Amino acid sequence: MKGTLILEDGSHFEGLSFGFLSSSAGEVVFSTGMVGYPQSLTDPSYKGQILILTYPIIGNYGVADKKYWESEGIKAAGLIVSNYIDTPSHFLSKETLSDWLKREKIPAIEINDTRFLTQKIREKGTMLGKIVIKGDIEFYDPNKENLLPKVCANQIRVLEPEAFVYHAPGPSFAQNPANHKKITVLLIDCGAKRNIIRSLLKRGVRVITVPWDRDPFSDTQPAMPRTLTQEGKPVFDAIVVSNGPGNPQMADKTINTIAKALKRQIPILGICLGHQLLTLALGGGTGKLKYGHRSQNQPCILSKSKKCFITTQNHGFYVNRIPNNFRAWFTNANDGTNEGIIHKNLPIMSVQFHPEANPGPMDTEWVFDYFLERLPQPPGGQSK
Amino acid sequence: MIIFWKDYRSRREGKVNSMSKIKKVLILGSGALKIGEAGEFDYSGSQAIKALKEEKIKTILVNPNIATVQTSKNLADEVYFLPVNDYFVEKIIEKEKPDSILLSFGGQTALNCGIALNKRSILKKHNVKILGTPIKAIILTEDRKKFADHLRKLKIPTPESRSAKNINEALKIARQIGFPVMVRSGYALGGQGSGVASNIDELKEIAARAFAFAPQILVEQYLHHFKEIEYEIVRDRYDNCIAVCNMENMDPLGIHTGESIVVAPSQTLNNFEYHGLRSIAVKIVRSLGIIGECNVQFALNPNPRKNLLDYYVIEVNARLSRSSALASKATGYPLAWVAAKLAIGKGLTEIKNKVTLKTSACFEPSLDYIVVKIPRWDIEKFRGADERIGSSMKSVGEVMGIGRKFEEAYQKAIRMLDLDFEGATSDTLLDNGKTITELLKTPTPKRMFAVAAAMKSNITASEIYRLTGIDPWFLYRIKNIADAEKNIPPKLSKITKQNLLELKKLGFSDKRIGTLVNSTGLSVRKLRKKYNIIPYVMNIDTMAGEFPAKTNYLYLTYNANHNDITPLGNKGVMVLGSGPYRIGSSVEFDWTSVNTAINLKKYNKESIIINCNPETVSTDYDVSKRLYFEELTFERLADIYDFENPFGVIVSVGGQTPNNRAKALKAYGAEILGTDPKNIDRAEERSKFSKLLDNLNINQPAWNKFTNIKSALSFCERTGYPVLLRPSYVLSGTLMRICHNRNELTHFLQDKTKFSKDYPITVSKFIEEAKELEFDAVSQNGKIITGAICEHIENAGVHSGDASIVFPSQKTSRRIQKIIEETGEKLAGALAITGPFNIQFLVKENTIQVIEINLRSSRTFPFISKITGVNFSELATDAFFNQAKEQLIHTKTGFAAVKIAQFSFARLTGADPIVHVEMSSTGEVACFGKDTKEAFLKGEIAVGGKIPQKGIFVSLGGERNKILFLPSVKKLAALGIPIFATKNTSIFLDKNGIRAKHLYKIHEKKSPNILEFFQKAKIDLAINITDEKFKKDIDDDFAIRRSATDHNIPLFTKMEKAGIFADAVTDKALDNLEIKSWSEYIK
Ligand SMILES: Nc1ncnc2c1ncn2[C@@H]1O[C@H](COP(=O)(O)OP(=O)(O)O)[C@@H](O)[C@H]1O
Ligand SMILES: Nc1ncnc2c1ncn2[C@@H]1O[C@H](COP(=O)(O)OP(=O)(O)O)[C@@H](O)[C@H]1O
Ligand SMILES: [Mg+2]
Ligand SMILES: [Mg+2]
Repeated sequence: MKGTLILEDGSHFEGLSFGFLSSSAGEVVFSTGMVGYPQSLTDPSYKGQILILTYPIIGNYGVADKKYWESEGIKAAGLIVSNYIDTPSHFLSKETLSDWLKREKIPAIEINDTRFLTQKIREKGTMLGKIVIKGDIEFYDPNKENLLPKVCANQIRVLEPEAFVYHAPGPSFAQNPANHKKITVLLIDCGAKRNIIRSLLKRGVRVITVPWDRDPFSDTQPAMPRTLTQEGKPVFDAIVVSNGPGNPQMADKTINTIAKALKRQIPILGICLGHQLLTLALGGGTGKLKYGHRSQNQPCILSKSKKCFITTQNHGFYVNRIPNNFRAWFTNANDGTNEGIIHKNLPIMSVQFHPEANPGPMDTEWVFDYFLERLPQPPGGQSK
Repeated sequence: MIIFWKDYRSRREGKVNSMSKIKKVLILGSGALKIGEAGEFDYSGSQAIKALKEEKIKTILVNPNIATVQTSKNLADEVYFLPVNDYFVEKIIEKEKPDSILLSFGGQTALNCGIALNKRSILKKHNVKILGTPIKAIILTEDRKKFADHLRKLKIPTPESRSAKNINEALKIARQIGFPVMVRSGYALGGQGSGVASNIDELKEIAARAFAFAPQILVEQYLHHFKEIEYEIVRDRYDNCIAVCNMENMDPLGIHTGESIVVAPSQTLNNFEYHGLRSIAVKIVRSLGIIGECNVQFALNPNPRKNLLDYYVIEVNARLSRSSALASKATGYPLAWVAAKLAIGKGLTEIKNKVTLKTSACFEPSLDYIVVKIPRWDIEKFRGADERIGSSMKSVGEVMGIGRKFEEAYQKAIRMLDLDFEGATSDTLLDNGKTITELLKTPTPKRMFAVAAAMKSNITASEIYRLTGIDPWFLYRIKNIADAEKNIPPKLSKITKQNLLELKKLGFSDKRIGTLVNSTGLSVRKLRKKYNIIPYVMNIDTMAGEFPAKTNYLYLTYNANHNDITPLGNKGVMVLGSGPYRIGSSVEFDWTSVNTAINLKKYNKESIIINCNPETVSTDYDVSKRLYFEELTFERLADIYDFENPFGVIVSVGGQTPNNRAKALKAYGAEILGTDPKNIDRAEERSKFSKLLDNLNINQPAWNKFTNIKSALSFCERTGYPVLLRPSYVLSGTLMRICHNRNELTHFLQDKTKFSKDYPITVSKFIEEAKELEFDAVSQNGKIITGAICEHIENAGVHSGDASIVFPSQKTSRRIQKIIEETGEKLAGALAITGPFNIQFLVKENTIQVIEINLRSSRTFPFISKITGVNFSELATDAFFNQAKEQLIHTKTGFAAVKIAQFSFARLTGADPIVHVEMSSTGEVACFGKDTKEAFLKGEIAVGGKIPQKGIFVSLGGERNKILFLPSVKKLAALGIPIFATKNTSIFLDKNGIRAKHLYKIHEKKSPNILEFFQKAKIDLAINITDEKFKKDIDDDFAIRRSATDHNIPLFTKMEKAGIFADAVTDKALDNLEIKSWSEYIK
């Protein structure tokens, strides 16, 4: 069965379908990461986007069990690759990429010249597009909509580090759980990748996740678990604002929550969308990149140093005005865009890249430690 | 990761010598090309020199390999054509007083030299700083045991292994670990001396061999069918670390990475494995304090228990390596250039990406294609050599195919080998009586073809996996190729556009498709163009399209629908490179290709290089205007020609492969610059050339071509023996050989595989005891522009690639030289030569005969260019544009230069290390001196020769050899060290007043035995000269030669070479040898 990718400029590209047989529309983006398609596809930040993978040979290691994914299912609206491999070979593979896509009802097509598509987007900027398989559909601009409700849980969850099993077969020296016992972090879930939670849990941190629109400081819903004590004090020591899809301006509720936290001088770490939201809450500004950063090889220079980190990124919006009292923490070595901000002395900081990796290099995982080590001593959150 | 963060803080203010103090840097090269250490170090050294020059740092290069690009005029400030060892390098340091030295750009040779210099405190004494990775780290990584201990402290596993100092210890350890075990030796390259032992006897044998090269060996747990994965890591002084490339070996662990088919990036690793191993590699590199480049090799369990990352570190190379050259070409990231910048103190963020010229060099390339590297072996060229491949290297070169499907890149790479394999399904090697299962089970160069054959005979992927350890992922891709062949309609007219397009996307050649549909490649090409199925030109941009590339590093693919570039048209000139290095064609042709590309600028032309060998400088994209990393097949060249529509094509600077394409390209309508392909054909086609010689009254050895025994025999009776046989069927390893009498000849001709109606044989009169001379020249429109005559030290009968060659000629009279020049002029005129050419002559008692002519640049081109100071390659380019000015023929210099071949017999187990008419050397060096003896001695040391200090073994077959060589033995005796000899030789020597101890032959198994003295290292020079007319029942001479080689004892098998060596070691003392730079010889 054939499908067609139609771009908003009218161009179209035909290819064999290897996913679900239905049409899908969204914003067309490309990622240059060479490994980790299961992690990418389940990354909630891809919500509403049709993903082109520039690495041409995809499907090689099939799809592993759910527990290795970054959310409970595929979030991208569609997938375009050059050469789909239907004969995976890997000990963790549970099913082929094609079977998975079909099960998750996500269309995918093989378009030979993904390089041409990439160059087109590079030249003209991100475009709207649609995969048409059975019957045409309208274009759809995910940035005009608030996508967060579509990707995050609407419940509060409490996760204890003791119950945590680290599944990913990573290097064994990545864990040092003793360090941050007794700390509770409130994770504002705007479509959080699971590895943010794993990265916290494996450091011994207790994690409470709240939906993007939930105000943890009003705690009006009586249902357990609560984010405030009886006395109205927060039950957490710090806040992590997660990654997520779309335009940061849409997440006004999260921005409000962050503003409240700032007033209370609660330590905050923002990641990706969280970085943009923190910036906006602080009065800084954001804009849209021509074609975004989606790759596993983005070099970020630590400000005022010659130190540079290779990072994983997946974002279309970026911070273009650093708020007062903050300074640039990281800067992209390729295009000079901001990659992180940090308060002059308070433990309030954020990064545009993904310190939790998955997919991608794990070189910036230390950001979690850096943040946790800077929390006020002794740790609060006595009410555990 | 916590560790990283802490590391980062503590190392943040890394103290490094400030760059401004570096003014003059000594760079060590790797010497002659040998198995395990080949052209990749020409690439890395050249990039290092360029990187330093850009910083206005003076560079002094030590490298006796005269055929390299790095020893060219426009690169290093000073070049020393001297051996890369601590003795000579100290002398050079004393003279040049460099402030720093680079050790990591010249392979294991340079590294070992650096370690020796350090051990003897020479660097400290002369205040020379080691740039880049600290020597402590180098020493640590070279000592396998210490390194394993180091990793244990980091909680990083290595295979269980213990070191042994003798065979008994080794046996004990093996019993503890359990068989099979792997034996390895430290401080060696390309797995020399290593092997897998599955029982006690095998272990004894392998260990004995290993101890010949190293004092200590490791006995190690053998990891059966693990994956072998490599990472190329770069680190700067600010502790920035990047993984430039990861690579996956298609062959499992146990096959050396240099012997494996390798893909980049890895294909079967998921995110956790890819980035998990990457993090570990980075951690190791940080722990060592590497500054520059480093290679980390992993073993990865494909089926781990508990779903954990089950891996071991195999080794770390703290220097540029073969893999890093491959990684460089695979990604477009100039590893060596960057490593040099980091060595002088730059940070990664201070360097720009050389491809985009905009983004940072501190990043990890993203590929939107796959590369497949395949080694090129020439094992069948070595009589007796064991064809099995394993943990030690035997291949002599490699190629790299680029595509957007594995199938495409793989089939391209197979064709790039230039062995007439049309693709993955080629079966030319399989017709040898072995079953498919046998071929799968025992790794040999044939195995890759056995896989496709097995697929065709419906053996399952899982069975093939069990036999080979090749991951099913790769097997399915090959199955895809095999299946596609099955489904082709058997007639060209039945092929649809869709059929054809699919086949081309899978990398099938027109020719292969032609064969499958009972047609020809050209007809398929015609149909293909009618259907408008053409390959597209893609740019390698390091960032998968995210940023535009400013350079033109290109490949062609059918898996795309647009071109990244537009044609150069009339401004472009295609320069065909050499293809893979192999016996008989190597770095010398890269030198000419690079020079030609550079010289084209003079004529306002833009060079378009086509080559497929990742070990070369010509495939650095800053050498040419456009680089097509592509096949040198007619099909591909025609595709590029169609696209670029260039001014012309140069076929005469890349060796025989491009030369072979001349005819077809011309017939296709391509404009060939230089000699008309019609005339190339007249020179190459034996009978045409013979007629030409007759017409011009030029002598040649009598010869003829035969298809039946009778006429061959009667020819030989007429001309007399010995005769030289050239079979026309060479794939089976049937080589040129000399027959000394009727018996030998009939015996040979009775073998149907070597001689039949379909495989005629060429028989020439073999001229005994003739001198061999080479005439290299450049001609323009049939008029010689300039030329030079070189003389072989060995008599004819030693292939010109193996012979020691001296310039200026020492024993050739002016009269003979004149005749040679005149003959050259006649031939140049008759063939209307424009461009480079080479003629080989035999001279005996004033008669001069021509053996052959090559209408292309020859192996000796860089040699004569560098010793005369006249760039013959540049003149050749001038000639292509009709602008060359005539010069004198070069006959004189104020010094002597000798080119000496490098042999790699030690690696080719079982091969007879004797030199003969068939070439067997893998590389060469050339040194200068006051006279031939001095130049020879330096050269001999540079290829691993030693001045004997313990004992000399002599075995002279036949009366004549004994008498002729007696004066040389007398000289050697004057060295005052014991002389040992076989029975008859010792009697003869005793009679002539030389005391020689008799040693029993190896097969006699009596003491004192040759083997025993070899083993105990009581002999450090072996001379074995046989009487070839006399065939013995037991080839005891072979046993002597082989065992000398296996014990790392320098060996001479030809009288003339042994003689000049005897002269040289007795007349010259090491400290009298001149330490002069190239520019002191050639102003
Ligand atoms: N423990 C082992 N088990 C199986 N194969 C091994 C083992 N160690 C090494 N090898 C194989 O031997 C090859 C050569 O070993 P290596 O340590 O890389 O030596 P070299 O210095 O020659 O590159 C490797 O490429 C690998 O394929
Ligand atoms: N007729 C001959 N008499 C003596 N030696 C010969 C003769 N022909 C060839 N040789 C020797 O054999 C070597 C290889 O032969 P050649 O024809 O040059 O082969 P190739 O094409 O491999 O260079 C020569 O370099 C020379 O030493
Ligand atoms: Mg190795
Ligand atoms: Mg020859």
